Amino acid sequence: MSRARFLPLIVFALLVVAVAWRLATPKDDRVASKLEGQKLPAFALPPAVPGKPGLSSADLATGSPRLVNIFASWCVPCIAEAPVLLELARRGVPIDAIAIRDKPEDVAAFLARHGDPFQRIGSDDRSQVQIALGSSGVPESFVIDRKGVIRAQHIGPIMPQDVPAILQAMEEAK
Amino acid sequence: MRRALLAFLLVAAPLRADSNLPPSRWANEQLPDARQEAAATALMQELRCLVCQGQSIADSDAELAGDMRALVRERIARGERPEAVRAWLVERYGAWVSYRPPVEPLSWPLYAAPVALLIAGAWLLRGRFRRRG
Amino acid sequence: MIAEAGLAALWLAAALAALQFALALGAGGAEGRALATIRGVAVAQGLLTLAAFAALVILFLRTDLSVLLVAENSHADKPWLYKFAGTWGNHEGSMLLWVTVLAIAGAVVALFERHLDERTLGFSLAAQAALALGFFAFLLFASNPFERLNPAPAAGRGLNPLLQDPGLAFHPPTLYLGYVGLSVAFSLAVGALVTRDVGPALARAMRPWVLGAWVLLTLGITAGSYWAYYELGWGGWWFWDPVENASLMPWLAATALLHSLNVLAARGGLRAWTMMLALVAFSMSMVGTFLVRSGILTSVHAFAVDPTRGSFILVLLTLYIGAALALFAVRIATVKEGAPFDPLSREGALVANNLFLSVILGIVLIGTLYPLIAEAATGEKLSVGPPYFNATAGPLALILAALMMIGPQLRWRRDRGPMLQRLAPGIVVAVATLVATLLLAPSISLLSRLGLALGAGLVPASLAPLAGRALRRTPLATWGMCIAHLGVAAALIGMASDSAFTREKLTTAVPGDRIEVGPWLVELRSIRPVAGPNWTALEAELRASKGAGVSVLKTQSRYFTEPVTTTNEAAIETDWNGQLYAVLGAEDVATGRWQVRLWWKPFVTLIWLGGALIGLGGLLALIGRWWRAFRTRRRFVEAEW
Repeated sequence: MSRARFLPLIVFALLVVAVAWRLATPKDDRVASKLEGQKLPAFALPPAVPGKPGLSSADLATGSPRLVNIFASWCVPCIAEAPVLLELARRGVPIDAIAIRDKPEDVAAFLARHGDPFQRIGSDDRSQVQIALGSSGVPESFVIDRKGVIRAQHIGPIMPQDVPAILQAMEEAK
Repeated sequence: MRRALLAFLLVAAPLRADSNLPPSRWANEQLPDARQEAAATALMQELRCLVCQGQSIADSDAELAGDMRALVRERIARGERPEAVRAWLVERYGAWVSYRPPVEPLSWPLYAAPVALLIAGAWLLRGRFRRRG
Repeated sequence: MIAEAGLAALWLAAALAALQFALALGAGGAEGRALATIRGVAVAQGLLTLAAFAALVILFLRTDLSVLLVAENSHADKPWLYKFAGTWGNHEGSMLLWVTVLAIAGAVVALFERHLDERTLGFSLAAQAALALGFFAFLLFASNPFERLNPAPAAGRGLNPLLQDPGLAFHPPTLYLGYVGLSVAFSLAVGALVTRDVGPALARAMRPWVLGAWVLLTLGITAGSYWAYYELGWGGWWFWDPVENASLMPWLAATALLHSLNVLAARGGLRAWTMMLALVAFSMSMVGTFLVRSGILTSVHAFAVDPTRGSFILVLLTLYIGAALALFAVRIATVKEGAPFDPLSREGALVANNLFLSVILGIVLIGTLYPLIAEAATGEKLSVGPPYFNATAGPLALILAALMMIGPQLRWRRDRGPMLQRLAPGIVVAVATLVATLLLAPSISLLSRLGLALGAGLVPASLAPLAGRALRRTPLATWGMCIAHLGVAAALIGMASDSAFTREKLTTAVPGDRIEVGPWLVELRSIRPVAGPNWTALEAELRASKGAGVSVLKTQSRYFTEPVTTTNEAAIETDWNGQLYAVLGAEDVATGRWQVRLWWKPFVTLIWLGGALIGLGGLLALIGRWWRAFRTRRRFVEAEW
């Protein structure tokens, strides 16, 4: 038997360490995009509402950083995020949007009710661009730099306490 | 109460959808080419649903899972190899999105484990047997 | 009142567990009258815990909303069966069930185990009391089922409708009886390691417990698989989900232990391996309990997340398993080994069986925990799922199947006899099946092809030990072995057939449309609203025919209000050669067409029939050995006269 008899105990100890680590640092079930640092994939989305232009990747490599907000009229946390986005827009952050699986009338109603901070809104009615960006839910926001490279991703609604970080990311993307 | 509920059901929108749009066409329709459909199904069973608690996109009713199924079917119908589709998704979501762990240094212990365990077991047993006289 | 009485009973039981531990340990492995006292304490502890559990059941049946647990998990409108089953459909209640089984098992061992050396039994009862003590503490301090809610709400929060199913009433208690039944094997092993008394007597004492627990685990896992199959609406029956793996690992260890015990009981061999397996089996049960309740793994089955509770159980696990493994390491060198044996012998085959089962167990453990370990070490997230497990455990299971064709027919110690004659029927059938599949189904996967061949070959091979014997005089245990192995053959054929021959049809339809799937022609006749006791639904009526006769299938998309959920109720038509599985999906409002999902699954029922046969085989073996022991004792008593 020799030293092998201590093997189960040692293996068990290692497992306990790994598990204890997991208990101490809670799981983050959010799936982040792996495209940070890479150029935006090419896409061209039709307008989501009449009267506002659609969104394409070319519109996001304009020479100054932009914020892309992925939202939907049926997304409840997006309502909480709306005032914060309005505030960001007021502070000079250019925001574009991608509306996921939405009808024009629903998007229009949402914007009328909760405010419209967006310069352009693309309609992604089958989530294809959302998937191409590595986004997995709504709302999410991406900071795109002036060359069209994805610099940062924010998962979930942007809350007032997140604003400094977003502004910082926009600064760094200049 | 029941009649009101029934009436509500008859006019209600699809019960499971989050959005108000119907599922993508290829989320729930099979490709006409049986070989392509088989390849697509095999891949869908190995891709993880991003918004579920541990299901493949083949087994999930979630909308995003449906859109991912549509993506898989469309790409395979266009002639892409399943491995290319998987790689494209892994590029965006990381190895986590594939239930088949990629063969890379991070997962070598995982793939080596069966053989290592067999060898370890056999080694532990080496003194057990009486030599054939 | 009842809640307070239940809680009081729990505290008393915990106190008795502490007493039992102190007595058994303090008396230095008690004998004689001290042991009699300890037996009494153990029985009282078991009865009190049972009373506490009964109290909780009464509270649920009455929907007593002043108890927090009932308010959060039940509802007055639920059918009584699901009120009853709701007792264990939550963390606290199921934990109380766990501890009840632990206490009752300890009581039964204390009361009825008379053949084991008394010193060993004393230490075993100490170990059992120690186990109970930790989990009592967990219940009382971190998961009190009897907590009150003041003021009581007007209505309860209901129960997840996915769990409102007859399968639910059967599945968890069966599994818990199995998991926790293995605690006796653990305690007996600990006792025997302390007294260095590892031998055939220990194996014979342990065997009925392991056999009983294993039968229940087999039936519980089989039932769970079938429940998932018909409830989840996608025709899958195993997903290698972390919680499913957590239930499989004790079963794998118990299967290996069962076979190992036979060697230890019959020939005195494999002492170290058997002790290790006995410790590992219940350790896996505890690990499984931990994984499900701690929230560290993502799973559809997991209970609500609570890392504090997870930490508590982790501390218990570390103490118990760490102490047991340390005891093993320190003592095992001094345990005598049994007589050596030739590799080509029954022992040799059982050793190989142990090896492969242990490796599969190792693979499932590593695969389940690897994402956690990888993330802890590198921060990278990865997923390990069916592709990995099927590719690694699948071939090993096939090797085991091949072993099963040979092993039971080998003699003990050394087999020099003519092999070909004995193995011929199995080999012939396997090869014939292999050739048949190559000709008739050339495009199925290698794994399923081999599964079909080996499964078919295993049918005559598993019955071979009965050949040429006086069947009515053959021990029931031998019948049990043959039937259990036959069950494995059936399950293997079912799994391979499902993998190779399933036909799937996903489409949209309106009433009047006809859909083909496999040999079936299915017509969608109507879609109407229907209502049940606590749900409303849209029901699709389908008429299916393949040749003569028409079968009616009704599948529903069911809508619950407390809590708000939608489920699919699949319609299944079972034929002698497979199942037609139909599910109604959502309506595309724009076109007015309904999603319909159809599967034709040839021979899929063999999977669960096989599982039931395996359980039956084990049950026969259990009864057979009891009956034999009973008759031997009677003859002994009669001889005394």
